[in-house]
Amino acid sequence: MSTHRNIIYVPRRQVIRGLLATAAFAATTKLAGCSSGSETGTTDTAGDASGKPLTIGFVYVGAKDDYGWNQAHALGAQEIAKLPGVKLVEQASVPETKEVQEVMRSMIEQDGATVIFPTSFGYFNPHVVEMAKQYPDVQFFHCSTLWQDGMPTNIGNYYADTDEGQFIAGRVAAQSTKSGKLGFVAAKPVNPVIRNINGFIMGARSVKPDIKMQVIFTGDWNVPVKEAEATNSLADQGIDVIGVHVDSPKVVIETAEKRGILSSGYHADQSALAPKGYLTGTTYHWGQIYKEYVEQIKAGKKVADGGIVRIAQGSLKEGYIQMAPFGPAVSDATKKDAEATTGKFVDGSLVVYTGEIKDNTGKVRVPKGTTYKVSDPELDKVDWLANGVIGSVS
Amino acid sequence: MAAETLGWWGVPLGILAGTLRGSAPFLFVSLGECLTEKSGKINLGLEGTLLMGAMSAYAISYLGSEKWGMTPAASPWLGVLVAGIAGMAMGFIHAWLSQQPKVNDIAVGIAMIIFGSGVAFFLGKPFIQPQAPQLPSIELGQLFSGLPALQSALKISPLFLIGLALAPLMNWFFNSTRPGLFVRAVGDSPDAALAMGVSIKKVRMLCIIAGSFLAGIGGAYLSLVYPGSWTERISSGQGLMAVALVIFARWNPIQCLWASLFFGGAQSIGPALQAVGIDQGYYLFNAAPYFLTLLIMILTCSPKKTLSGAPGALGTISG
Repeated sequence: MSTHRNIIYVPRRQVIRGLLATAAFAATTKLAGCSSGSETGTTDTAGDASGKPLTIGFVYVGAKDDYGWNQAHALGAQEIAKLPGVKLVEQASVPETKEVQEVMRSMIEQDGATVIFPTSFGYFNPHVVEMAKQYPDVQFFHCSTLWQDGMPTNIGNYYADTDEGQFIAGRVAAQSTKSGKLGFVAAKPVNPVIRNINGFIMGARSVKPDIKMQVIFTGDWNVPVKEAEATNSLADQGIDVIGVHVDSPKVVIETAEKRGILSSGYHADQSALAPKGYLTGTTYHWGQIYKEYVEQIKAGKKVADGGIVRIAQGSLKEGYIQMAPFGPAVSDATKKDAEATTGKFVDGSLVVYTGEIKDNTGKVRVPKGTTYKVSDPELDKVDWLANGVIGSVS
Repeated sequence: MAAETLGWWGVPLGILAGTLRGSAPFLFVSLGECLTEKSGKINLGLEGTLLMGAMSAYAISYLGSEKWGMTPAASPWLGVLVAGIAGMAMGFIHAWLSQQPKVNDIAVGIAMIIFGSGVAFFLGKPFIQPQAPQLPSIELGQLFSGLPALQSALKISPLFLIGLALAPLMNWFFNSTRPGLFVRAVGDSPDAALAMGVSIKKVRMLCIIAGSFLAGIGGAYLSLVYPGSWTERISSGQGLMAVALVIFARWNPIQCLWASLFFGGAQSIGPALQAVGIDQGYYLFNAAPYFLTLLIMILTCSPKKTLSGAPGALGTISG
């Protein structure tokens, strides 16, 4: 009898606790469900006609002042924040997980953002696609060329190709090196990184056809200790100019400066970090693209109906990338040469991928007579290192 | 040219240099954790403490020289001190929380990782961009050789030397001093220590705080010596690895030293090999330390006995 009672008996406190917990859980899930479900699609479209400011949301994957990818975007955002009638909302250090969806959602729901710029590559699928489905009246502009047929039409893409900048930086490097050996610290052997390595060596070889460049892949986008180790190992090998493509080139540039060697930056202007050894670098000028977008959006244009181009892609000519100011180690002749090369890219008389191009195993990758413009989708398939690079992608 | 002929010698030199440059954070954190675990508590939160130390050292070094008018020679040292104090504060929180009744120290440790990194990121935002004065290093290389690679390899930070001296000192402390024996007694058999009249709570509190102080100094090394800058990814898991090192080192400070040197050097294997043109399978080289650790653990473990040297009360919940 008593054992039977014991099985049935649940202490009153436990019952109350359990009920409270269930109620709280139910309440939170209900509420969360409500906010995402019921208000979908009710958000105002760009309300500049009614005099309301245009609210634009920016999401970054890291810190806004990392001397790298995020800083380049944040600088662009600052440029449009100065424009009249534009309100900027930003959030930094948002991981490429479901969290970015919540960040975008709160920008739309709470701040009334009608345009969102999720700036990290990994945000796109599924996060941006999912949000674009839920908010068809909000325009999303993602920094990539990932949009495909069948995806929500309120997503636009924009991208800047850096091959030309890297080519010029490579030329500057080849003219500034004393040992005749170049180095490159790279994150992962993926297409954009490989293209930057190739651009750099092709530029260098257009000045000195025999020059070689040692590449070190650190294996990840942001591993400061490995990046410093890689820079030191390259310096130990007598390499005196180092190019870089990692998320934040700060550590590489600083380490190169400490070792007394030259460096060529990427993403943003790092000249302040290496007052002696910084040569130049390819920097993004996202402000240019962002300004163009703001003008179009204010004119009532939309990416969904084709009023705004689906993929805005550009390079030196469009002003989407720029060369960072030259450091003191760059000679006047080299500066003139770099400016002349820039001019050739702008007027189209020079193209980076002009055949014949061999990879570093001697195989012909771009046959003679073939040229690929930087925006050519064919270049998105490049998975080989150009002749002169010591390293392998596998 | 001398540097041109270096070639293959770059690999052992690179690993040696990497060992001298990169092992200090492991050393400080693992010595700190060794002290903590000897008293019978685990502090997984040292990853957070490391980040706090790195951030506060960098911030103080920068503020000291830029805003408070200190000389750039003095402000990094103040940064190191503040990093230690920040570590102590983190340690106090952990020590207090983890000694509450029925509280699991591993769970608190994980909470402290998140708390420490969160606070460090929050307070560290304004210091990502500026450059702080760095700690000076002792240029041993110039005594021996004119080779620039060797000179840079033999730039040794005084902090690293302090760490080197600390390991035997701690060993001596555990084996030959009265307080050291108290720590071990508390860790091995809290009941016996209680019978001796030693306050378990006080000993553990002091050990955790002292251990976190060391971890804070390790953080200062990251941001003020090598790689020498403050970013949110500066520790990249080194704090957690150092905690694991202590088990690897069987709770012996001298072996902590060897293990730290080993892990510090292992970080540079991948880059050093790639620099001379061995580029096949660099992911494997980068994973070498973990692979070797696993191998050593498998070779030395035995199903018949517990790990030798493990403090008896480690992992038990007291009170």
